[in-house]
Amino acid sequence: MREIVEARAEALERLEHDPIYLGVGVAKQPKPLAALKLEHWRCYQDEQKVVWAILDRKGSSANTLSEPVFREFETLLGVVEKMQPTALVFRSAKKSGFIMGAEISEFVDMTEDARVKDMLEHALGVLDRLERLSFPTIAAIHGFCLGGGLEFALACKYRICTDTARFGFPEVLLGLHPGLAGTWRTLKLADADKGVEMMLSGRTLYAKQAKNMGIVDAMTQERHMAEAIDWAIKGKLKVRRELTTKGKAMTFGPARSLIAMQMEKEVAKKAKRHHYPAPYAMIELWREHGGDLRDMRKAETESFARLMTGDTSKNLVRAFFLREGLKENGKGTEHAIKHVHVIGAGVMGGDIAAWSALRGYKVTLQDMKPDLIAPAIKRARKLFKRRLRRPGDATAAMDRLIPDLTGDGARKADLIIEAVTERPEIKKLVYAQCEERMKPGTLLATNTSSILLETLAEGLKAPQNFVGIHFFNPVAKMPLVEVVTHDKLDDTVLARTMAWVADIDKLPLTVKSLPGFLVNRTLTPYMMEAFVAMDEGIKPEVIDAAAEEFGMPMGPIELADQVGLDVAMHVAKVLKDDLGETFPDIPTWFDRKVKAGNLGKKTGKGIYQFDKDGKPDKQAVEDAPDQELQDRLILPLLNACVACMRKGVVTDKDQCDGGIIFGTGFAPFRGGPMNYIARRGAKDIVDQLERLARRHGDRFLPDPGWDDLLEE
Amino acid sequence: MASKPTAKPRRTAKAKSLESTGQPVYIVDGARTPFLKAQSGPGPFTPVDLAVQAGRPLLLRQSFDPREFDDVILGCVNVHPDEVNPGRVAALRLGCGAEVPGWTVQRNCASGMQSIDTAYRYIADGGADLILAGGTEALSHAPLLFKEDAVGWFGEFFAAKSTGQKLQALSNLKPGYFAPSIGILRGLKDPVVKLSMGATAEKLGHLFGVTRTDADSFAIQSHDRLAKSTKEGHIEEMHPIIGDNGKVYDHDDGVRPGNSLEKLAKLKPAFEKPFGKVTPGNSSQITDGGCWTILASDAAVRKYGLKPMARIVDSEWASCDPSVMGFGPVISSTPILKRHGLTMKQVGAWEINEAFAAQVLACLRAWNDAWFCENILGLEEPFGEIDQARLNIDGGAISLGHPVGTSGNRITLHLIHAMRRLGAKHGIATECIGGGMGGAMLLEIM
Repeated sequence: MREIVEARAEALERLEHDPIYLGVGVAKQPKPLAALKLEHWRCYQDEQKVVWAILDRKGSSANTLSEPVFREFETLLGVVEKMQPTALVFRSAKKSGFIMGAEISEFVDMTEDARVKDMLEHALGVLDRLERLSFPTIAAIHGFCLGGGLEFALACKYRICTDTARFGFPEVLLGLHPGLAGTWRTLKLADADKGVEMMLSGRTLYAKQAKNMGIVDAMTQERHMAEAIDWAIKGKLKVRRELTTKGKAMTFGPARSLIAMQMEKEVAKKAKRHHYPAPYAMIELWREHGGDLRDMRKAETESFARLMTGDTSKNLVRAFFLREGLKENGKGTEHAIKHVHVIGAGVMGGDIAAWSALRGYKVTLQDMKPDLIAPAIKRARKLFKRRLRRPGDATAAMDRLIPDLTGDGARKADLIIEAVTERPEIKKLVYAQCEERMKPGTLLATNTSSILLETLAEGLKAPQNFVGIHFFNPVAKMPLVEVVTHDKLDDTVLARTMAWVADIDKLPLTVKSLPGFLVNRTLTPYMMEAFVAMDEGIKPEVIDAAAEEFGMPMGPIELADQVGLDVAMHVAKVLKDDLGETFPDIPTWFDRKVKAGNLGKKTGKGIYQFDKDGKPDKQAVEDAPDQELQDRLILPLLNACVACMRKGVVTDKDQCDGGIIFGTGFAPFRGGPMNYIARRGAKDIVDQLERLARRHGDRFLPDPGWDDLLEE
Repeated sequence: MASKPTAKPRRTAKAKSLESTGQPVYIVDGARTPFLKAQSGPGPFTPVDLAVQAGRPLLLRQSFDPREFDDVILGCVNVHPDEVNPGRVAALRLGCGAEVPGWTVQRNCASGMQSIDTAYRYIADGGADLILAGGTEALSHAPLLFKEDAVGWFGEFFAAKSTGQKLQALSNLKPGYFAPSIGILRGLKDPVVKLSMGATAEKLGHLFGVTRTDADSFAIQSHDRLAKSTKEGHIEEMHPIIGDNGKVYDHDDGVRPGNSLEKLAKLKPAFEKPFGKVTPGNSSQITDGGCWTILASDAAVRKYGLKPMARIVDSEWASCDPSVMGFGPVISSTPILKRHGLTMKQVGAWEINEAFAAQVLACLRAWNDAWFCENILGLEEPFGEIDQARLNIDGGAISLGHPVGTSGNRITLHLIHAMRRLGAKHGIATECIGGGMGGAMLLEIM
């Protein structure tokens, strides 16, 4: 009977995996350089006269290149320039990595072109000074090295990374491209196909990929970092400072034009130019100046300033902070959950279980028969293989995901998630069994999308431990999770649930238990209006195109097929019962389709026909986008958001916007529905709703909640 | 030291069992995967995959944390090259944590019983209280091997430095080098007496006049019993598993109920052609499977509120000439019976591993043979014939298959279920071991 000593297990973990505990140059605490009194940097000189500059941003668990950090760096640079040390080595003291990028909160005030340019030119000058230093400068990188952090590293002579390092330019996700010389310093080292692609996609590269493309000089383990740095200092490190033959060929004008055209085509598949100008600007930058990097340097600043002051970037920055805000919802409490038990191995239950196992939890997945669990295991294997690249990690995740035919998992779990069929009487049976088995302190959750929590909580022994955790399909792709409250729910239970959702890398949003919660309540009227339009004879492709023109990732008809017509109908009926005249009538053919088993993508046929890869067979749309049709679809969604705000389903506009963007994919470059209302003007929308109500029916009548918005 | 031969050779056995000196040891639980007959090519599970599949539901229903085990011991013969110490790999993959040691025991066909015996002795000695002891084998993964002379040639070729030497080496290459030999067949041949295991069964059958019909009938009984017991839910220790491929494995798939003597008679001998009597139909099958048992002391039983299924009363390992290795059950069980003064009737349930039908039948006849009992076992009287209604009542390796490292664990665990059904106080699980050995465990039901 072995005694479990958690402290020892943690110490062992640290010994094996903590980059900081092991970190070369970081673990030591020698006397700092007397000339430097800095808050965010620790600087010292070692016996070999190597200056170590350790970035340890005060009051934060991650390093960003904030204005104060950068200002201190200038001071540091001034001192080191005079010292002429053997070498200058940069490291981070943060476990999360080197530098995560710029401090995005500083973007918010950047509204004037001239100011942005001033700031950039000053910063570029400082990085040039770093590049010009006559002694070796080395960025010793672990963990994340992103955006501005990577641009900083690129100004050093050498970049050495551990095998845990990840590199990327996520600027494009904020409607930007690199602006601190990232574009041309990258393209000096890396072939355009890899380099430009990296900036277009915002993708994070593994250390090995970065090494292969040439932006990193050496990749090693932390245990060899000191040796690798020493090699760089002594000039022993083999480095490549040239493009490949193919890469050189790509710098010629005609080649650039051709490749750029190809790139634009690829980008156009994912983002429209007038919605997302940044990737097009990036391609343009390279097409125009890829042959002369000095020109590119100037053009980068111009282009960056234009993007940064534009609407798209502002709204995407807003979306970034909405995401941060949702993450913040999960902070402040320890969830103390180690073992998750999921009941019901259908699509939702199976995928929730797989996702939890992926994120490191021990998961038991309960259903009545092995045949019911098997498809979930197969899907999980696919997910793990795609997401877990380190050898052995996928197997470990499979080992953590345990099929459970007896329900033994419920006795040990700290969180039980019920994902059985949407029938209260069956769910209640499940809860009764759980309450008999579960340990005290275990959370009991439901993934219901359409039943009110109050209904399900009736008859529970401990309703205070009962909470809604509403995931969206497909679980692996949808970032939002609605955490549904009810009047008996204990605050600590809610906080623990939110913390757990954040910990599995989802965005928790608290919603009140009202029909449809937030996402389905707002999305269903949008889908149903599309059906009504279809019944009027408008082609589904035209309807989808109108919504996509607004910036929705997929039109309402395709979305209904994706969600599953059975699921959509179930929610629609619940909402119709609740909302009556203010909700569109459910077409009769809808029911017939569901009864015939044509449920959408999952059965290969819904409104569209789906091919083997799950792609709908859609005809190309040539008509010009129809503004009225667009409003007919989008405005009911906005109207529903306003109703949710009024009824307190969500607590404020930011939570609403975050929920809608990350729960429905609502055009992120519009900054969310409430932001869109503010930009377009509540009055204009209310007028349009009234017009639509006159023409199409009372379902368009503005919710009373608009009154508050009109007053603002 | 060789002693002067006595007129009547007596097989010496320990005078005492651990029972009198050690603390009591219980088997408190156990579980196994379905046994999966090797199809063409490697099966979906490696040995450790099987051990993990067998262990997860078992550990899930325990009241303690897997990190509380004192030790994890796993029997395995054909170790996968990526899992050289399957015991430790399985322990880690089962969530026993970094601090629980794991290791692997190998006593050929009895590896899975060796793990139980080792655990039993550790606990009886007071050095441990709670041990996970198992057996696992993926015979479908047994490697194809290059012949030794081919390996020699490879060495020569890679050692050659100059082109001339390389060419020289190349000229020595013989086409036959590329013909691999099947590891499992080589493993089934005794390296000392150069007899295949099947040949040792032929020898035993010959010694005790086991006819082809006797052996085939026994095989049919094994399949029919397994099929019936599976249907009636008596294979309680087996639980379904799901492969990464999303396939469900929910029964021992080597079972072929309803075979007739006529059909079996058509099969050709597998080992000694054309006259031999041992055929694929009356031999154990080549199969993949994993099994675990949990052994606990009184202290562990009290601390975790465990429910002992059986107490391990005694165990024995014995050896004989490798060419008659099939007598293993007889030579290992008899000393235990003697030590405890148990008669045939007092042992209410038997599990004898069905390596070969002829071999099991020869064992039964040996116990009933006055000469054998007197001269080999040192018994005054023949022990008697075991009632087949108390032997392998739910089938055996002929119907289930014989994943060599697993079988010993399986029969010991299954014996407990058989004892419960038969209302037996005592039961013996025993098996023959390639290389000329036998192993036996005496259990008492709780």
